[in-house]
Amino acid sequence: MSAPAPVVQVRGLTKEYGRGDAAVQALRGVDLTVAAGDFVAVMGSSGSGKSTLMNILGCLDTPTSGRYLLDGLDVGGLDEHQLSLVRNRRIGFVFQSFNLIPRTTALANVELPLAYAGVRARERRRRALAALDLVGLSERLHHRPNELSGGQQQRVAVARALVTAPAMLLADEPTGNLDSRSTAEILDIVSRLNASGRTVVVITHEDEVAARAKRVVRLVDGLVAEDRRQDAPWAVTA
Amino acid sequence: MSPWEIGRFALLGLLANKIRTALTMLGVLIGVGAVILLVAVGNGSSKSVQASIENLGTNLITVSHTAGGGRFGAAGRGSDLKDLTLDDAKALADPAQAPHVKSAAPVQSTSASVVYAAQSTTVNSVVGTTPDWFPTTNHQIARGVALSAADVDNARKVVVLGSTTVENAFGPEDPIDKQVLISGIPFRVVGVLATKGGGAQDTDDTVVMPVSTLRASLAGYGSLSQIAVQATSAADTDEAQAEITAVLNSRHKITSSAQTDYRIVNQESLLSANDETNRTFTVLLGAVAAISLLVGGIGITNIMLVTVAERTREIGIRKAIGAPRGAILGQFLAESTLLSVIGGALGVAAGLCAARFTVVGIEPVVVPSSVVAAFGVSVALGLFFGGYPAARAAALRPIEALRHE
Ligand SMILES: Nc1ncnc2c1ncn2[C@@H]1O[C@H](COP(=O)(O)OP(=O)(O)OP(=O)(O)O)[C@@H](O)[C@H]1O
Ligand SMILES: [Mg+2]
Repeated sequence: MSAPAPVVQVRGLTKEYGRGDAAVQALRGVDLTVAAGDFVAVMGSSGSGKSTLMNILGCLDTPTSGRYLLDGLDVGGLDEHQLSLVRNRRIGFVFQSFNLIPRTTALANVELPLAYAGVRARERRRRALAALDLVGLSERLHHRPNELSGGQQQRVAVARALVTAPAMLLADEPTGNLDSRSTAEILDIVSRLNASGRTVVVITHEDEVAARAKRVVRLVDGLVAEDRRQDAPWAVTA
Repeated sequence: MSPWEIGRFALLGLLANKIRTALTMLGVLIGVGAVILLVAVGNGSSKSVQASIENLGTNLITVSHTAGGGRFGAAGRGSDLKDLTLDDAKALADPAQAPHVKSAAPVQSTSASVVYAAQSTTVNSVVGTTPDWFPTTNHQIARGVALSAADVDNARKVVVLGSTTVENAFGPEDPIDKQVLISGIPFRVVGVLATKGGGAQDTDDTVVMPVSTLRASLAGYGSLSQIAVQATSAADTDEAQAEITAVLNSRHKITSSAQTDYRIVNQESLLSANDETNRTFTVLLGAVAAISLLVGGIGITNIMLVTVAERTREIGIRKAIGAPRGAILGQFLAESTLLSVIGGALGVAAGLCAARFTVVGIEPVVVPSSVVAAFGVSVALGLFFGGYPAARAAALRPIEALRHE
């Protein structure tokens, strides 16, 4: 059995914020390869560059230098419109602060990426309902973000990230604002998604979260300091 | 995304914050409504002045005596200056000498107190004239009779009163055949003039009596103040004016224009002079209104900028889940178009409604081009100032928009 083609291939990635004396080297040459179906936990102390790396992987930000191939496609060469397509079809991003559209129902939030993808209303509704069902929120379709608990909001965000069936799910401290029970619920969902073949990269400070991953990457001062495979005792088999 | 869908998003966006939407629309509404109403008021006042001048008759020509300045300017000629006389008026009325003059009436005016039943009012326009005055100046009799030739010949102490004077002196009482004291002299009221209305000063506050009576009892025998002349038609005023000049020049033995001791004013020229002042007035009102529209526009701009700043995070979220720039721009443009079109339409409705009422005594007359201009400007402002900040936000990288405070 040949190894599956890597979803992410990053070479010599650097990111510098600001200029001159105030310049901050957030990434100093990161090399990273993530194979399809992998479950990677990115750890590291605060300010080590985890979010910076994640934003570049999610095509939300551009690196100062280095190459980033997503599914073999050089992201650096894409124009604005192609990038929006990549963000829409290939990547599902989950933020620590949920980032749902305010004053908009859970269902509408989940339908939104499909609307931008040009999916027809009926099909959109069907897939959004399925995604919300997967995260166990079928009862809360018409609630607005301010009518949902933090854990429920994050589950809506996960549903929104996976509704376009992207190859890769990126999550920046998805459980950072949640209590242990909600954390467990979100982790179960993510583990199940990975078990069904989706590539997952998750940033975390919590060992409980890292324990679910098949591989732990540790960043120190903008460089990969440790890259270790582990058994995933908590992984759910599909 | 289909245009329909973009429109739906825009509507949802507007409904998501009803108070902000309502306030923005109110700003547009007031701006547009103010322009329409103020321009209509300016136009209405110009129309009403015009109507009141036309009311006097566009074929009315007034010959007035040059007093003061005229005498001063003609100081070198000593006492050559001739008075305007009753004979001048008769000569002007003679069809042989002035074929384009339909009628002419002498006018001598003064002011006097009018007392009835111990109630005294001051009337500034006490006119001594002949029966010809009524048709010449387009005055109708509402009640009673006009002055007669016999009244003038015998210098009878009879008067015809204007409707305002009747109201002031008599109230609801019928004035016909009642005695009034004018400057202490008893007069009998024989008639009441029909109300003319309009104009800056009340032309209905007037007393009309035989010129002979006025001269004998109230004013003395100086020059006439005016001769009122009616041309045979409005189109003949120029010819009539030329004939008046010829007749008076020969009677007053005037050979050069420097000697002229009278002045001719026709309603046509008054009308066009008034037209000009009124145009200035309308332009001024329009400018005030335009400023209010501008302020309304700045209001829209401000709210749009605040909206976009507030929603830059939302734009970041939308970009992060793959919204193309066009969809975001389309949504914000559609939102601001909806805002300004609905606000503008309501403003047009409000302006048109308000223009149906009398504003500070003026009946507004709506100028269609002001409606179009106000609506167009408000929509253009909304589009530009809604579109520009949204375009700026949509051009950000998603992470910059997401980090926006
Ligand atoms: N927009 C920015 N402008 C300037 N400096 C930045 C910016 N974003 C991040 N940095 C700097 O880059 C470095 C890496 O930041 P990053 O957010 O990637 O850290 P992190 O590993 O995610 O930390 P945490 O665990 O606290 O979230 C930090 O020193 C930070 O101060
Ligand atoms: Mg971080």
